[in-house]
Amino acid sequence: METSLKRAPDKAETRHKPSRPCTREDFDRVRRVLGRKVLFTQGDIAISYGALLAGCRFFAGYPITPATETAEIMSRLLPRVGGTCIQMEDEIASMGAIIGASWTGARSMTATSGPGFSLMQENIGYAAMTETPCVVVDVQRSGPSTGQPTEGAQGDIMQAKWGSHGDYELIALSPSTVQECLDLTIKAFNLADTYRVPVILLTDGIIGHMREKITLPEFEEVTITPRKQPSTSKEAYLPFADDGTQIPEMSTFGTGFRTYITGLTHTENGYPSTDNQPNHDRLIRRLCDKIRNNRDKIVEVERDYEDASRGETIGIVSYGATSRSVDYAVKALRQSGIKIDHLRIITNWPFPENEVVELAERVGRIVVPELNLGQACHSVREAVAGRCEITPLWKIGGEMHTPQEIMDAVRGNSD
Amino acid sequence: MFRQARHIREKYLEANMWPSIFCQGCGIGTVLNCALRAIDKIGLDIDRTVFVSGIGCSSRIPGYIDADGLHTTHGRAIAFATGIKLANPDLTVIVFTGDGDLAGIGGNHFIHAARRNVDLTVICVNNYNYGMTGAQVSPTTPIGGITMTSPYGNVESPFDLSALAIGAGAPYVSRWTTAHPHETIMAVKKAIEKPGFAFVEVLASCPIGYGRKNDLKHGKDYLEWLKRNTIGRTRYTAMTPEEVLACDKIVIGELRNEPKPEFTAEWTRLVDGLFVE
Amino acid sequence: MRTELRFVASGGQGIILAGVILGEGAINDGKEAVQTQSYGPESRGGAARSEVIIADEEIDYPMVIAADCLVTLSQPGYDKYRTGIKPGATVIVDEDLVDVDEPPAGCTFHRLPFTKAADKLGNRIFTNIVVLGSVCAITGVVSQESLLEAVKANVPKRFLESNTQAFMEGVAIGRQALAQKG
Repeated sequence: METSLKRAPDKAETRHKPSRPCTREDFDRVRRVLGRKVLFTQGDIAISYGALLAGCRFFAGYPITPATETAEIMSRLLPRVGGTCIQMEDEIASMGAIIGASWTGARSMTATSGPGFSLMQENIGYAAMTETPCVVVDVQRSGPSTGQPTEGAQGDIMQAKWGSHGDYELIALSPSTVQECLDLTIKAFNLADTYRVPVILLTDGIIGHMREKITLPEFEEVTITPRKQPSTSKEAYLPFADDGTQIPEMSTFGTGFRTYITGLTHTENGYPSTDNQPNHDRLIRRLCDKIRNNRDKIVEVERDYEDASRGETIGIVSYGATSRSVDYAVKALRQSGIKIDHLRIITNWPFPENEVVELAERVGRIVVPELNLGQACHSVREAVAGRCEITPLWKIGGEMHTPQEIMDAVRGNSD
Repeated sequence: MFRQARHIREKYLEANMWPSIFCQGCGIGTVLNCALRAIDKIGLDIDRTVFVSGIGCSSRIPGYIDADGLHTTHGRAIAFATGIKLANPDLTVIVFTGDGDLAGIGGNHFIHAARRNVDLTVICVNNYNYGMTGAQVSPTTPIGGITMTSPYGNVESPFDLSALAIGAGAPYVSRWTTAHPHETIMAVKKAIEKPGFAFVEVLASCPIGYGRKNDLKHGKDYLEWLKRNTIGRTRYTAMTPEEVLACDKIVIGELRNEPKPEFTAEWTRLVDGLFVE
Repeated sequence: MRTELRFVASGGQGIILAGVILGEGAINDGKEAVQTQSYGPESRGGAARSEVIIADEEIDYPMVIAADCLVTLSQPGYDKYRTGIKPGATVIVDEDLVDVDEPPAGCTFHRLPFTKAADKLGNRIFTNIVVLGSVCAITGVVSQESLLEAVKANVPKRFLESNTQAFMEGVAIGRQALAQKG
């Protein structure tokens, strides 16, 4: 075939294979490249390490503070492990490129911050509609607009869920430590492949730029969940058929399944069907239900509860960097005899409603500290549904809540 | 000719999708036909080929081909295609786009892909207007062209898409029209075979959209207009400077074909040098 | 035991790297450490702050609440942060870059010749490493061996020797300062 003449390096021999599924050998190679098992590093960088260990071999991005370090590490390390890293012309293109790469079988990722996350929204909706697994890192900074580029914030919580138009569900995770940046990135890839959905790693400039000790996992400690491959013949394969799990089997471009993917409302065979109400209803409900119905499997929280009775205990719901201030405050408050139940949200979306209800039934009041002017607080209020009081504690401008501010809110001293 | 048409239809077209959404006299079918004949000439393995498009009439082309296809968001086809090619360089990636999709909303991706030189074939159906939304002014609408959003005649200077591709560094650029199907087939064939960003612009009839408002409401008239208003590159370059100045025709032909290092080949070389065993 | 250290300087003086190296040194000692930083969007000239928390157990709140040790290489830095310290804290300033009329009450105060020492070594770029040596000797928050190992891991190979020299010079300056305080 004449076309084979165009590639100078021998295709069979090359080590450049981003779409090939990763094996133990690939995991061990990443460990060799990273060197030491215990490292003192930044959240952004730990995300890159997590991605490489999870088998991510395609990264597309665009420089933006405070997420650039992730791209820098990927550009340095991906060629050494057989992957591709490309700096695209903008975040729209980056998001498009990782979706394209995903359909070749590659685990793909991009990383950005608020302004870029805004630009990515249309294609995030496309990924949701076409059920394309991919990981989007949003290292949140103060907004709106250009805001405070070097300052962390938690202002994109609602955008992560509602950023693109139409009804859809996706998964968003919030790490609180640098170690968790690594661990949750691996988890994000597994969730993306399991549920065929874009997964947002919602970190922030504080955790992203913070340096902490991380311990790299061994192969045996890591779970890699592959995509569900087609189980039918190429002729019988329907790329959007519900096999009873609501998550369709996913073919790979170039393997003869001749799959057509469109952002238009489509039928089970992938072809457009834009004027059929029941079909649209069935498709979009399935896209939402595959996440909603698996909520309990997806949701991860961390409970630090008293064995206490209702009323005298105060609850706190926190996530991301804010949980660090809360943890400090909780210790101090308990020392002074105040009973505290702290629920740390790791999965922001789908929202851990049941877990918040469970907390609301244990406590008289829930304090919700956030680095925004009230975002997760809406979901907390909806879940609590009047079961107890809610004290929002909002802070913006780039500084974390001090433990004292949390303590004051718990004691009821704040305005 | 008829036997070949049946061969192309049975081998490459997606049976479930017909009839097409294209209007009577539309040039997009010709472009699809030419592209498939070029693919057939090359003997390209259709199972190792991915067709990518954005939004618009021409972006519906991949839906009619029985192959892997990615019908993406408006203007972004080249960005998605870049991801496919860079994640699996063994695949042949062909983008179908239109003038609005490519040079309006997607202009930035277009020039950067040409600069970057990823091995993609981009076939642009240039019909001078946004057809899908009902004939609005596009980045290639000629000055004076009447559209739904330039009802008094277009006052903006249009892009010359092929010149734009050349300026941005595309190593292969050809421009033909739907009145030149044989030349278009050969251009697409060369474009697919070109190791790098290859751009084929096809000026196409749009009698129902652009044509109706600009005295070209019959497909046949449109084709004659395309023939009348274009001039071959060889004839054009043989002109005297005075003749060139007086010439208001669009130059068609192979406008550029030069070697240039291709991204995936360069990246693969880089990886092979850095790879940790 | 939680120790909070704050380094303040102008952008470009290498103070963020100093914090990173100190944190890594603590990790080498088997301790927990968190390093955070704040700076303006520009790489040079603005105010730069690097904070390190070192503890035996997991660290929750990653910022300085009240510093156990404040190191400043700039006047605005000193003026802004001189109050954010614990009673009995160690305050260290560069004698050429920071003017201090009266040291904060109740602190152990050191006015040290960091930039002079770096100049003597041939380049001001070594200032941050001299600072680390002194902080190591004065506070003892990280072992000298672990910190030197971290210095070596974070500087270009061809400058290994000169950085080691800078670090040891800092240690000497620190020891001398301690001896003077008796």
